[in-house]
Order: sequence, then structure tokens, then C-alpha cells
Amino acid sequence: MAFPSVSLGPPIAKPLSRLEVEIEANRCLNCYDAPCIRACPTSIDVPRFIGRIATGDLRGSAHTIMEANPVGASCARVCPTSQLCEGACVYNADANPIRIGDLQRYATDWAIRTGATLFSAGEPTGKRVAVVGSGPAGLAAARDLAILGHAVTIFERDDAPGGLDTYGIVPFRLPAEIAIWEAEQVRALGVEFRTGVAVGETLSADAVLADYDAVVLAVGMGNVPRLGIEGEDAAGVWDALDFIRIAKMGGDVGTLGDAVAIIGGGNTAIDAATCSRRLAVPSVTMYYRRGTERMTAYDFEIEFAQVEGVEFRTFTLPKRIVVENGRVAGLEIVSTAPDNSARPLPGTERVIAAQTVILAIGQSRHVALLDAFDVTHDVNGIAIVDEAMRTNNPRVYAAGDCMFKPGGTDAMVVEAAQRGKTAAQSIDLFLRAEVR
Amino acid sequence: MADLSIDLAGIKSPNPFWLASAPPTNSGYQVMRAFAAGWGGAVWKTLALEPIVNVTSRFAGFNIGPNRMAGMNNIELITDRPLEDNLREIAECKAAYPDRAIVVSLMTECTRESWHELVRRCETVPLDGFELNFGCPHGMSERGQGAAVGQDPELIEMVTRWVKEAAHVPVIVKLTPNVTDVRYPARAAAKGGADAISLINTINSLIGVDLDTWLPVPHVDGKSSHGGYCGAAVKPIALNMVGACAKDSAVGIPISGIGGVGDWRDAVEFMLMGSTSVQVCTAVMHHGFRIVADMIDGLNNYLDARGIASVNELVGKTVPRFVDWNDLNLDYKIVARIDPETCIRCNKCYIACEDAAHQCIDRPADPRLAPVVDEEHCVGCNLCAMVCPVVDCIEMVRVDAGDTVHTWRERLTSAQL
Repeated sequence: MAFPSVSLGPPIAKPLSRLEVEIEANRCLNCYDAPCIRACPTSIDVPRFIGRIATGDLRGSAHTIMEANPVGASCARVCPTSQLCEGACVYNADANPIRIGDLQRYATDWAIRTGATLFSAGEPTGKRVAVVGSGPAGLAAARDLAILGHAVTIFERDDAPGGLDTYGIVPFRLPAEIAIWEAEQVRALGVEFRTGVAVGETLSADAVLADYDAVVLAVGMGNVPRLGIEGEDAAGVWDALDFIRIAKMGGDVGTLGDAVAIIGGGNTAIDAATCSRRLAVPSVTMYYRRGTERMTAYDFEIEFAQVEGVEFRTFTLPKRIVVENGRVAGLEIVSTAPDNSARPLPGTERVIAAQTVILAIGQSRHVALLDAFDVTHDVNGIAIVDEAMRTNNPRVYAAGDCMFKPGGTDAMVVEAAQRGKTAAQSIDLFLRAEVR
Repeated sequence: MADLSIDLAGIKSPNPFWLASAPPTNSGYQVMRAFAAGWGGAVWKTLALEPIVNVTSRFAGFNIGPNRMAGMNNIELITDRPLEDNLREIAECKAAYPDRAIVVSLMTECTRESWHELVRRCETVPLDGFELNFGCPHGMSERGQGAAVGQDPELIEMVTRWVKEAAHVPVIVKLTPNVTDVRYPARAAAKGGADAISLINTINSLIGVDLDTWLPVPHVDGKSSHGGYCGAAVKPIALNMVGACAKDSAVGIPISGIGGVGDWRDAVEFMLMGSTSVQVCTAVMHHGFRIVADMIDGLNNYLDARGIASVNELVGKTVPRFVDWNDLNLDYKIVARIDPETCIRCNKCYIACEDAAHQCIDRPADPRLAPVVDEEHCVGCNLCAMVCPVVDCIEMVRVDAGDTVHTWRERLTSAQL
């Protein structure tokens, strides 16, 4: 699945040297009932994979990681480890935690480099499962379903698999090749990838339900919604995800000008901002309506953006996009109350110069698709599932961003992967019960 | 500033740190550098009437993770340089550093004439003592020398006597650890008239096997041979053997301790177990001669902090406490106590006790809480404190009244009555 992608400059994190790996892997205490395992949403046996690195068993190490987390190579690069495994490391009490993420990258890099085959498909059950979406949740579900012996087809609307990991995370944090490799691991189990197929549009939900015994909806989220302010249709106004996708795939984002304004305070807003800087925009400013502490972006992402030269304007709300000759010429902003209510303060309006405005204020929901599968959702379009990822429709399961509630801490790749695994287990139980 | 000078059976040196007979004492150039760095003495790499031929490769390291050379072994033989070259350099070193001890290690074929000739030729230059290499376990032992002598108490006594007949300086007999009970060769040396013993020489060993080539490590053109093992990893073996000789009244002569001494703390331990001087090789091979400055500094500060005027006050102080198992107090009882404040919740103590000791550590249901010792059933084995990565987190606390002593020997005695 070769396709164009670019690096946009040096990666954020360098791989560990062999000496660093040797020192770090041997520094791990091999705790019993280790808190790092408990802190990992996919319960990777961290001391085990590190111990296997220490003894030179890199195949075993990569297997331990990828068995627990089918997107373990991506997670080695994107997980907020200081909030997860590394944050739980017992060394935090007195010393620096083990660099678990970097060691995980070392082991998975070995698997990528050597082309090792880590898993094989299970004894065929004769059951067919459709997975809609090939992001972290979809890949995780498909991988485990295939290991359990089910015939799996992944429907992916994009040309390449991987979803957000492939298209939506800046390449200097997560190169597309990593997510593509993870998809290839799934394909190697006999999973069929039908890319360029938009379920609900080019293939109906009913057709999928008719052809498959069970369905996993792992469709993620949609585009960035509109702000609803004047000037949003002008040239130079971007959906952050479109922007990142085109930049990452080496496409032409056109002229960005000297000043780019980013609206939003999440990780996607950060990605759009750092991407703009790497595209040589002199002035990149993030506008956020509340204080920094309310930004949903990880602290280390905010720090990285600062290092990359991104400016931050908090307590600021966009009011109007100034358009000249059909193109963005500026942004009218207004200050908000310091109480984090995001309430605009009349009389503080001013216009700042900007030639590009990138919107990163969240993502819309695939409500129509959920409706087409008769899946119950809340008013925000979030699929309602039980702890086994079952929707109200007994043959339909949902995992990943399409079922995460906003404001939680679970909207991360590793959580999506775990939901995909859970869905696979539930479907397996369901289908095997049917066989009896 | 404490007095660090020592006198081992008449061999005086300004501090107890000597270089062992080994690659670092192969030449005058090296010994000069060592003395400049502060070493109190050097045992010259073993001399013979004729130089031998060495092989490549010669050494291999035993690593523990990234920690290099926890142990090392070698298949290098004694000096491969002409005797006259060595003697000239010994004279130069002695002239440059008259206050330092130069002890010359000797090995030759097992005849009286040969030993007499070697001693006579060596004594043509100024030196402070001889050390008889009855320990080298590899190569020379196949020629009936080195450990081949050291493993036979009768030969030790005989050769020692021959050397004492000829020598005008103190004679140290260096013992091999590759014996069942080191006291027998030590007693033989004393009986033969040795002025002191030094131990341990290196231990028979094979460092490893290459997982890719399946060749032994180190190898010489695809084949290997057992080598002499040394370094930090052998220290517990050496301490035991030094202690065994120190407490044996039939040995009764001073000891130069060897085996895994890498810093001043090791030296203190060897001295407490009965060594008058210590000899160092592997740590120098790892880090260079400069380590002696830290050894001197650490030893001096240790003695000053305790108000000990002379390093000689350490010698043998722990030996009376090194007894037979039969004399240990069966009433003594300690238990482990885990400090929940410093505990980092790694649960190493729990799993060690659970799987390998006496199932006396309980884990609270809440993993945020520290494990707790079941003191009633704890046998005080120390394992939990050993595996704990936090310094002083697990304390072994005495819980018996401390006013009774009962030993197995007493039980045996009363049973016989």
C-alpha cells in the first residue's frame, strides 16, 4: 500500500540508541503486578516486553506488545505515556520513570524493519464480520477477530487504511508508514480491505448487514464543524483535519501567507499549528476561548508547539473572518471573561492580520450512518454501547471515537484499540453462541 | 589523616593497596604509572627463567546487563618478556619509588635447582619479597606448574621450603581457590616456612558460549580452554577463603587478600576478614590505575570518621565472628518490616517471598498500599530486603528477647551426654 507521504522535517522523538536501550531495559525493576500494566488501557505486559528486549528476544518483545495492542507501534509514538504507563512507573517516587514508550518503539521498530510475522489467523469459524473503518479501533477489532478465526472484511472510505493514525496525526510524530504497517499485519491474517468504500454512501448499511454475521462500527468522527461566523466560506479557511491530511500526504495546501490563525485548543489544533510552522509560516497563533489549563491538548504537545514557535492567545474568541477579494485577510477576535466561561467581553474586539484560518474546534458525528444501522445514539450523535461494545442492534458493535463521550480522557489511540479488542471478544462470544 | 601504612611479614608499603601479579604489572612502564598514581605496592607479573608464548585472544568479560565486567577471565600466561628485561625494570622502579613494595611473582619447573636459580637471579636486583605463583589455573598447570602445585599440599610445602632456602626476602605463597578446602594448602605453605599467604588466585571458568557461532568465549581460532575467573563476582568466594585461613590456627601467618577488590569498601572488608594488604587487578583493567586515589581517600575518611588511627587496627576484627554454623544462636529472631513511606510499590518483596520464601508478605487489596509482613510467620531470611530496590526501605528487626543463646552444638553436646 505505497502512497505518498512526507515527513515535514525531523521527527519529534529520536529513537533510542542501542546503548540507551541496554541501559533503560536493564533499569526496569520487573515489578510484580506492575502498575504500568494497569495504567495501559490495553494492558500491555510492560515488564515482560522490556525484559525480552534486555535478553535480545526482540521477536518476543514485539509479540508481547502487539498481541495486547494491535496498534502498538503507533501508540509507542502517540501515547501520552506520562499519563499512562510511564506516569505509573514506581520509579516516579524517587527517580526517572522507565522510558517505556521509547522501548516499545524500539521493539516495534524491530518488527517493522525485519518484516517479522507475529500472528496467524485462527481456525476458520465460517462466520463473517464487517468492520467499518480502519482506524485504531477497527484494526484492533479486525486483528483479534481474524486471530479468533472469523472472516473479516474492513470497509474504509479512504484510499489507505489506518484512519486518524494515517491521515490525522502530524508525520513528525507519527509517520503514515507506521499505521500502514499495522494495517498490513492485519491484512496478513487474511482480512480483506475494501478501501474507497464509504458504507452508508457507496455501500448501504443494509447490504453490509445482509452479507455479514456481525458488524463493528469503528467510523471515528467526521469533519470539523463550522464556527457559524461571517467569512467562513472564504478561501484560506481550513478544516484542520483536511489541512493535516493534505500536508502529511505531500499535497499542495496552497498559499498560507505570513500569518496563520488556529482556532481551538486540542491536539488536532496543535498538529495544525506545528504543521503550519513546518510549512514555513512565520507567524502561527492558536486562539483558544479559555485558559491554557482548559486546553484538551496534552501538556507535552503544548510544550512542543511552543518550542516549534507557535504563539498562544488564550481567552480569545473568533468573531468574524475578515475577507478581501474572496480570501482571508484577517480575523476579528474578542476577549473572553477570565472565569473560563468563554463569555465574550464587549468592547474588546480587534482585528488581527491572518491569511489563513484553520478550524480545530472538535469533530462532527456520523449520525446518519448510526441511524442506517439502527444504532441508538445520544443527542450528540455518540453511539450508545454497553461495556462489551454492544449497541442496541444485537449484530452491531461500536468502538473508538464514534462511541467516546466528549470531555473524557479516553479519546486516544490506545483507548480506541482497547475498545476494538473488546468488541472482537464480544462478537466472538456472540457468534460462537450462535453456532451451538 | 589515619596511618595507612602496613607491614606484611616485613614487606612495608605506604598503603595496603597493591597491584596483583597480572597484566597491569607486566612492565616497568606500567608499574611506574601505577606508583605515580599512588599504589602502595605491586606484585610483578610472574617471572620465569624463560619467557612463555601467549595466544590471542586472552580475556573475556562477564557482563550483567549494561554493567560490564562484573567478572572476567583470562587465558594469558605468565610473563612473555625476557627475565633480564623484567629485572632491569624492577630495579628502575625500585630506584624511582623506594618507599613502595615490589614483590616479584615466581613460577618455574618443580625442581629445587630451578627454583634456587630463579630466586638467585631475581635477587640480583633490589626487591621486597617473592610471591610464589601456585595458583594460576590455566596453561601453566598443564605443565605441572601454577595450580598444579597449589592443589597438592605436599608440593606446596616442598617448593616453599626450597624457596626459603635461597631467598633473603619474605616469601608469600599465592593459593589457588580451585581446591576443596583452602586451609590445607595454606597450612602446607606455613609448614614450608612461608612468611605469608595471598589468596585467591583465579577460579576455573568458562565465560560463555557465543549464541551465533556456538564457539566458547573467548576463543583462539575456534577453540577455547578454561580460564581464570576474577573480578567483583568472585569477591564472596575470596572473602570466605581469606576468612577460613585467618581463623585457622594451623595457618597462622599474615594474609594478602585478593579477589574482586574494586574500591575502599572491598578493601575494608578483606582487612576485617584478616588481610593485611589487598591486591587489585580487574578493577584496574576496567578503569585504570587512577582508582587508587579514591581507594586511599575513601579508606582514610572511613578510618577518620571512626577515630581509627591506623589501618592495621582493622585487620582480622571480624574473624572471631566467622564461625561454624553449629555455633550460631538458634534463639536469635529477626523479621522484616517494610516502611510504607519509602516503599515504591514494586511488589518485588511480595513475589519473592510468595514464590521463593515463606509466603509471609501480604498485599492489601488496594494496590496503592504497601505490602505488609506477616511477622508471626516471617523467618527473617532477608530475601525481601535483598530484592527491594529502595535503600533502607525494608528493615530487619530483632524480635526475640535477646537474652538467650542456644546453638546446635549445644544440642549435639547435650544429646551425647
